[in-house]
Parts: sequence; C-alpha cells; structure tokens
Amino acid sequence: MFDDTIAAISTAVSEAGISIIRISGPEAVSAADRIFRTPKGNRILKEVPTHTIHYGYIVDGEETVDEVLVSVMRAPRSFTAEDIVEINCHGGILSTRRVLETVLACGVRAAEPGEFTRRAFLNGRIDLSQAEAVGLLIGAKNEYALRNSVSQLKGSVLEAISRLRGEILHVVAGIEAALDDPEHYSAEEMADRLRENVGGWQRQIRKLIDSAQDGRMITEGVRTVIVGRPNAGKSSLMNYLAGADLSIVTEIAGTTRDVLTQTINLRGVTLLLTDTAGIRRAVDKVEKIGVERARENARGADFILYVVDSSVSLDESDQEIMDLLRTEKKPALILLNKTDLVPVTTEEALREELGRYGLSSLPVLPVSVTGGSGLGQAEDKIIEIVYGGRLSVSEGLTITSVRQKNLLVQAAGSLEKVSTSIEMNMPEDFLTIDLMDACDALGAITGEQAGEDLINEIFSKFCMGK
Amino acid sequence: MAERTENIQRDKVIEDQVDVAVIGAGHAGCEAALACARLGLKTVIFTMSVDSIALMPCNPSVGGSSKGHLVREVDALGGEMGKVIDQTFIQSRMLNVSKGPAVHSLRAQADKAAYSRTMRQVLENTPNLRIRQSEVMEIITEEGKITGVRIRSGMILPCRACILCTGTYLQAKCIYGDVEIYTGPNGLEAANHLTASLLDHGIRMMRFKTGTPARADGRTIDYSKMTEQKGDRRVVPFSFETDPESVQKEQVSCWLTYTNEETHRIIRANLDRSPLFSGVIEGTGPRYCPSIEDKVVRFADKDRHQVFIEPEGLSTNEMYIGGMSSSLPDDVQVAMYRTVPGLEHMEIVKNAYAIEYDCIDPAQLKETLEFKNIAGLFGGGQINGSSGYEEAAAQGLLAGINAAMYVLGKEPLVIDRSEGYIGVLVDDLVTKENREPYRMMTSRAEYRLLLRQDNADLRLTEKGYRVGLISEERWQKLCRKKEQIEAEIDRVEHTVIGGSETVQTFLEEHGSQRLKSGTTIGELIRRPELDYDTLSPLDPERPELPVDVREQVNINIKYEGYIERQKRQVEQFKKLEKRLIPENIRYEEIAGLRIEARQKLEKFRPSSVGQASRISGVSPADISVLLVWLQAAARRGETAGKE
Repeated sequence: MFDDTIAAISTAVSEAGISIIRISGPEAVSAADRIFRTPKGNRILKEVPTHTIHYGYIVDGEETVDEVLVSVMRAPRSFTAEDIVEINCHGGILSTRRVLETVLACGVRAAEPGEFTRRAFLNGRIDLSQAEAVGLLIGAKNEYALRNSVSQLKGSVLEAISRLRGEILHVVAGIEAALDDPEHYSAEEMADRLRENVGGWQRQIRKLIDSAQDGRMITEGVRTVIVGRPNAGKSSLMNYLAGADLSIVTEIAGTTRDVLTQTINLRGVTLLLTDTAGIRRAVDKVEKIGVERARENARGADFILYVVDSSVSLDESDQEIMDLLRTEKKPALILLNKTDLVPVTTEEALREELGRYGLSSLPVLPVSVTGGSGLGQAEDKIIEIVYGGRLSVSEGLTITSVRQKNLLVQAAGSLEKVSTSIEMNMPEDFLTIDLMDACDALGAITGEQAGEDLINEIFSKFCMGK
Repeated sequence: MAERTENIQRDKVIEDQVDVAVIGAGHAGCEAALACARLGLKTVIFTMSVDSIALMPCNPSVGGSSKGHLVREVDALGGEMGKVIDQTFIQSRMLNVSKGPAVHSLRAQADKAAYSRTMRQVLENTPNLRIRQSEVMEIITEEGKITGVRIRSGMILPCRACILCTGTYLQAKCIYGDVEIYTGPNGLEAANHLTASLLDHGIRMMRFKTGTPARADGRTIDYSKMTEQKGDRRVVPFSFETDPESVQKEQVSCWLTYTNEETHRIIRANLDRSPLFSGVIEGTGPRYCPSIEDKVVRFADKDRHQVFIEPEGLSTNEMYIGGMSSSLPDDVQVAMYRTVPGLEHMEIVKNAYAIEYDCIDPAQLKETLEFKNIAGLFGGGQINGSSGYEEAAAQGLLAGINAAMYVLGKEPLVIDRSEGYIGVLVDDLVTKENREPYRMMTSRAEYRLLLRQDNADLRLTEKGYRVGLISEERWQKLCRKKEQIEAEIDRVEHTVIGGSETVQTFLEEHGSQRLKSGTTIGELIRRPELDYDTLSPLDPERPELPVDVREQVNINIKYEGYIERQKRQVEQFKKLEKRLIPENIRYEEIAGLRIEARQKLEKFRPSSVGQASRISGVSPADISVLLVWLQAAARRGETAGKE
C-alpha cells in the first residue's frame, strides 16, 4: 500500500490534447523500460539522467501501441518524492487506455483515487497546511469513483460477474466447511464440482475480458441526453447519429423501459446517447412526469443536446427545458431543427429567449435532420465541445474501466493457478487460496466485499455441527 | 438503604492484597491464573464452586479443526491445556490428514472428570496461586484503574489487576420447553451480581445463547446399529513437551448414527413448544452450532443429520449425543432421540437445554484483552463473546500474560494475525461486529499456510520465553530444532542428484517421471508424488534427524511457493500494523472521513491503522485519509518539538 508501484492517467482524457500516464514507485523506471523503445532501440531509461524527456514508442510485445514522449524524474525530486515516469501519449481514449493497460500488465498496480496526492503528502512533498485539503480530496475522489465504477458496468455484465463470484464462493465455502467440520462434510464432493467448473469459469472470464477489450462491457462514454418538445425531431436526430456510424456497439435498456440509450462512436468519441423522446410518448397524458424524467436524465448527463422545432413557436416545454439548462449548468448544444420548413421561430427569436434565461453563451446551430443540412457542422460542434475543454470527460471513467479489466485478468490468473494446482494434485485447502483471490478480484469489480461473505456462505449453506 | 449501610461497614473488612484476581475457573480462568502465578505474581482465582474447576459442560473433547491449532499455540506459549488433555484423553485423532498440512488438526476425546481433576491438581500445586470459592459481586476502580473486587461476604480483596473469565455464568438461565431455570451450566449456581457492577463501570453488555445436547445412559444404547469410530493407531500429543510414547495407549470408540424423517417429523410437530421459536429466548445463538430443531428448519432439504455418540469418560456411563442439542421440552426430547437408530431405548441422564448468559461487547477490548476504559481489567473466554474451551483457554492465557505484564510494568504481549490463530481470534473479536458466539475456524485465518499446528512452537515459543513462561531448557531445545531444520533444508536444496539407473528406477517405482538432467533432492521433494522421507534411499549423506525436524523440512520445501507468497502478504500486512494510532485521536476532527467510518472508528478505537482497515465500514479511502492525518499530526509534533 505504501511502496509498490502505481499508475494512472493523470490528465483529463481528451481526443485533441495529450494525455499523461503517470507511474510512481520503486519499479517505475524498470516497468517503463519493459514497454518503451527509442527509434534506434539504443536507450534504456534506467541509464538516463533524471528530469529528461525521451522520444519513442510504447510496445506491447511486437506491437507498437503509441508514439510517445517519456519523462523520467527520480526520487526524491518528483511530485510523489518517488521515482516517476510520465508517458505523454498522443491522446485519444482508446490509445491512452491501451498504454495504461500495457503499463499495468508489467506488474504495476492501478492507483487508488487520490493516491498520488496521498503519496506526495506522506512523502513530505505537500505543505502541512494542505493536509485537510488532501484528506477531503481523497475522500471526494473516492466517492466519485465508487459512484461511477458500478454504475458504468452494463447490468448484464454486473450480473454475470456477480453470479460467477457467487458460484466460486459457494465452492470455496463447501470446501472450507468440510475442512472445518470434516466429520460432517467431505471436501471431495465440492472438489469434484470445482474440477468440473473451473474450466467453464475461466472461459466466462475470458469472454468478459474480450468484451472489456472492445468496450462492450462498460458503458463508458460521454453521457449525452437529447431533450426537446414532442416532434421537435429528437428521434430523427438519434437515428441520424446512430446511423451515421454503423459501429453502434450496444443497445441498452435503461432503468426505465421508456428510456432508450445507445452507445455511439462519433469520430472516435463515445457518446452514451439517451433519447428522452420515448419518455414523452409513453407518458403523453402526464406531461409533468415527462419533464421530470427529462430533468432526471439531464442531471446525470455530461452533455445535453437540445432540439428546437423552428416550424412552430416556442412553448411551455421549451421554457421548462431552458429553465432546466439554466439550473443544471451543463454543457449543451442547441439545434434549431426543421430549417427546410417555413420558419416560425427564428434563430434571433431563439437567442433572445435564451438570453432571458442567461443562456446566451450556448451555441445554436440551424439544421434540418430529415433534410440532411447542417449535420456535419453539428458533429464538428459536438466534438469541439467534448474535447475543447468545455466538457471534461473525467479520468475516472477510463481509469475505472481499465481497473475493471485488470481485475478480470487477475481473476483469470488466479483460476489458472487453481487449474495448475488441480493438475498437480494439490490438496483442496490449497485450491481455496487462489479461488478466494479470484473472488476478491471479481468482488472488487462488483463492489461486493469478501469480509464476512465466506463465513456467511458457510453458515447459511452448510449445516455445521457440534 | 439498610443494605447499603451494611455494605459500607463491610468495606472495612479487607483481605490481603494480591497482584491479580481471576474471576472464574473455567478453561480461560485456569490458564490466566496459572500464567500470572508462574510469572511470580500473587494470584487468586475465584470460582462459584471448587468442584467445577476446568469443567467441560458441553462436548467431551478438546481440539478439532483450528481449535487443535489453538491448543498447540497455548502450549507453545507455556499454557496448560495441551498437557492436561495429553494425560486425560481416551481417544485421539488427527483430522484432515488427506489434506494439506495447514489444516491437519488434532482432536481428542477427554475423560471429563479426569480432565477437571488433573487441572485442579495443577492449580492447587502451583506456587503463588490461591483458589477461593466465592462469587465476585463487584469490581472496584479508582481513577479508571482496577483496585479490587468485592466478594459475596462483602469483603474487599484489593488487587492490581483483574481478569474476567466468567464463561456462561453471568445471569445465566437454562431453558428447555417452558422450563426456565436460573442456573449456570449443569445446574451450577449462576453469578447474578457482577453484570450490574460492570454496567456501572460503563461496560457495554450483550446477551448470548448456546446449547448442549442430552447425555444418555450408555447401557441403554444399542451400538450394533451404529458405525464405530476408532482413534488413530499412532497418537500425536498436543503438547510439544509430552513424550510421544506416553500417549500410546488403549483408546475407546465413538459411534456414528443418523437422524431420520421420523425424527424431523416429531421436531416439526413440536416447534411451537420450542422456546427458540416462541420467543422466550432473547440471546443470540451461534449459527455454526445449531440446535437440531434449527437444523431441521434451516436445512429442510436434508433428510438426515449425523449424530455422534461420545463417551463422557471412563468412570461414567454417560454418553454425549453430539449433533442434537435442543431446547425442546423434555418429553419431545425423549421421543425425538428414540427415533435415532441405536437410541430406541435410550434413557436420558441429563436432558438437552439452551443457556443464555451475559457477555461483554469485545469491541471494548484492546488486542491485549485489557479493557480500553479501565486499566488493569482484562477479559478472557466466553465473556468476550467467544465459544469453545480452546478459544477460552487461548484468551485466558493471553489475558493472564498481559495482566502480569501490566502489574510488572512490562511491554504487553500482542499476537497478530500472521503469528497465530490466537491473533486471528483476538483481532476478530476486537475489530468485528460480533453478533453471535465466536468460534475459531480455519477459514478465518488468511495466512493459514504459515499458521500450522505443526509449527506452533517455531512461531510462538520465543514469545513465551521472552514473557517468562518457557524454561531455558525448552528454549534451548527449540533453538537446536530451528538450526537443524535450516541446516537440513540448505543441505537438501544443494544436494545434486544425477540420472543414474538406480535413481531412474527408484523414480519409476514411485510413479515419478525420470530425470532428464541432474537436479536436487529439494526439487524432487516438490514433486507431488514424493516427499522427504520417501527420498531417503537416494540421499546417503542424510543425517539422523528427529521426526518433527523432518516434517518441517518436508513441508517447507514442498509448499515453498505458497509459503513464500503468504510471507510476502504478511510483510505488507505488517506495514499497516506498525502504524500506530494515538489513543487520544479525535475522529470528528479528521476531514474527509465518511460519517460511517467515523462512527465505526469511534466505536472500536483501533490501536493501529492495520486494525482500523479491518473494521467493516472503513474503506481503503478512509484509511488513506487517516494516514494523511496521522502524518500531518506527526509533522506538527516534530515542528512543535523544534520550537
């Protein structure tokens, strides 16, 4: 917890800018050496002077992951007062993630929220007067990570991991119950079950790792909500954005049947697009509820797309939405739709109205979704807003997903060890050691803490005697 | 008011001061008192009845999975339980021998009467130790320190330390059917006054429950319908000091039979008469030791449950009906027991019953088993919310040692989770929310590959020696053993063996692959099908070594990979254990801690960051916040020091 080597993405992930992956700890330099190659392949970081920058590539085996600049700062003259290597990647969520994954594969641990700051403080790099602020920051970062880590997982994935963990835990409990009460239970039965199942578990985890690889596991992306009055063209916009790129990764039924969420890859940016149109249709008669649901969605969003119908005049719903934009203070793009029809609400009228809500700084673009005009600019604008600093995709999202994948890899490794131990004919009590490690790794993804889980499982499923 | 005045006058009657007063003479009390007296302190042990010293009110056995480890550890530290059971066992088995060495565990059937008598003789013949039959009514403190105890007659016995080992006696109530009897186990007098005094001193109490099955007249049991369970051919003693030859003797058998649908039908039909289900019993019972009615309800899909018939001793016909504890009415008990094959005509000598008793919330204890809020007051055994003779003995010994260290002004003895099952037991008690009597289990020990019963001496005897409970002679013997183990491991790892025809034939004969190139004896030991002893024909240079040394060499080489892994985990664990938290820490001042964490930390007031990290509801982030705060406090302290 104190002196191992940790890594994390230390900048907000963005498409346009450069992202920095920071590695800190005693193994930082040697870990970086394993994956960094200079163009001529002649330089190793272990030998370079401190506080120097080097150009080269991050490689994963034979494959080049990214072109990078790497800076080396040796202890104690670094942010954490430990050896630090910073990898400046070309950016982009995907490549940044790949680099981080490559680093983590070298036995480096994913940093806990706020851990760099904690180390910096513990190593005397941060002024004493900042102690309280550091404490608060760690607490807050962790709260954020907690809130995000599970909510990011697709429901079905969460369920699959949780079920898998439950199965493993049950087998461990069965073996442990037999070890603790050999006169009432025999470990053989559970060991047989283990032998039958361990291969299947490994396959399941491998599948999950694959799905983590291509992003199917995690609902990662910019949470984007489309709002607007009925018939303003929200569904058409949704269909357009979805159709614009056929690499729609997944379709998720949200918490309510009425909310339609799609993961859309827009020029490398992943948008988690929620169309609130469905809401309106489903609860047409109870308009109030519809607005409330839109509000709820908007509250959880990173970015709002507001569609205005230019062929009719602004109405009460538009006022509700503007009020919402004002209170939520979220980055937003306003699309004045249906420019191919006779304008009733002009751009000027709309801007004037927005001004009354203090929203004049929001960008407005005239488009015709069905007519196909202005859509290219709209896409440009979305990308600009997402990566132009107006919207920060928090490091939390990427980091958590990398950590989750890393935990899956760990669980797979533990099960691999179980298989080896079974082949070596090790007694059952050795098998449970690695099985519990697998459970712990899976539990760290789902937020289920081992703690008393095992003891509870033993007591509830196995009748211990005396 | 009259009584109060009387009490004040009685205050004047004072007995001679002692160093340590031990309240209760069960398995915890005996170990506690012996430890203090052997360390040279003037010690008195109170018991409700001298005839119930070291009583086994429930099962007639010592040890078992993980409990056997505890007995070994007690012995390694200089305790008594292992020696007494070695003298008084009537059957012994090593459990789990087909499993890894970490879960091998000794269990012995005891001759209960002989066990009690032998322990009583040890107590009676220990210098500095006095036995006193009386109920202790009150503890007396001054300025947060224990100063004495008041006994039934009203007399005050001044003492410097006091150890509570009251077992199941505090406001004890025995229950079966609609019968409620206010006695301790086995009809013994309950201790009805001390709870109030503890409450007066701000100690939080809980009410726990446990139970015991019936004892049958052995002459009325038909053993021909049961499966015989014999002891091991070669008995291994509990104590590292017992001569292994002295425990090879004739053993008696236990018997296995089963309940059936008829048993379960009778139980179900009478559930409404069970105090457990009618709500008469308020105490929390253990899930691991359910009554038979509990088993039938909770595991309804099981069509039978095992029943172990175990002798209570050589001088009695009483047989313990293991697996069928109950608090059903007497008549239902008779009917239900008689449905079991072999018990058709059984006569009950003592009926089954549940017992409720007061215990403390162990969150109030330090890892030394001293109360956080009263200096010199310690708790050991069932009063701390545990169950089992072995758990009690282990805590009694630790509490005894630490009471002595307190009186002598020496460093307390702390055993952590990586050093012994005792450490796991105590740490679980003081850092977890205990809602039922705590039983030791091997699955609770995360470093169990290191905490084997075979190496308890290597792990703990040094501590016992430093404390003063282990003789110089025993210590020197252990040092020699350690040297022999290390030297032999080193030799075996460096003894190269070539692929001669003798070697290849030998390997084939033992179902092992032929050698492709030279290797070491050590490498061959690691092969699953081989071990140290088997390889002796290939190892002509091998010195003559005692069996316990050979065992250690074998285990350490064979399981080296796993053992090394756990050792690395222990290193990490120790780092947080060493970060101590000042006793006067104010958690409400630490910004960034979540409210739940703050409340839990306030309740448990852990002594180290490691301990804090094991409290449920305290997250890793809270630990980070705590570390930052501690560091800041330390730096502030340094700055203040310089000024």
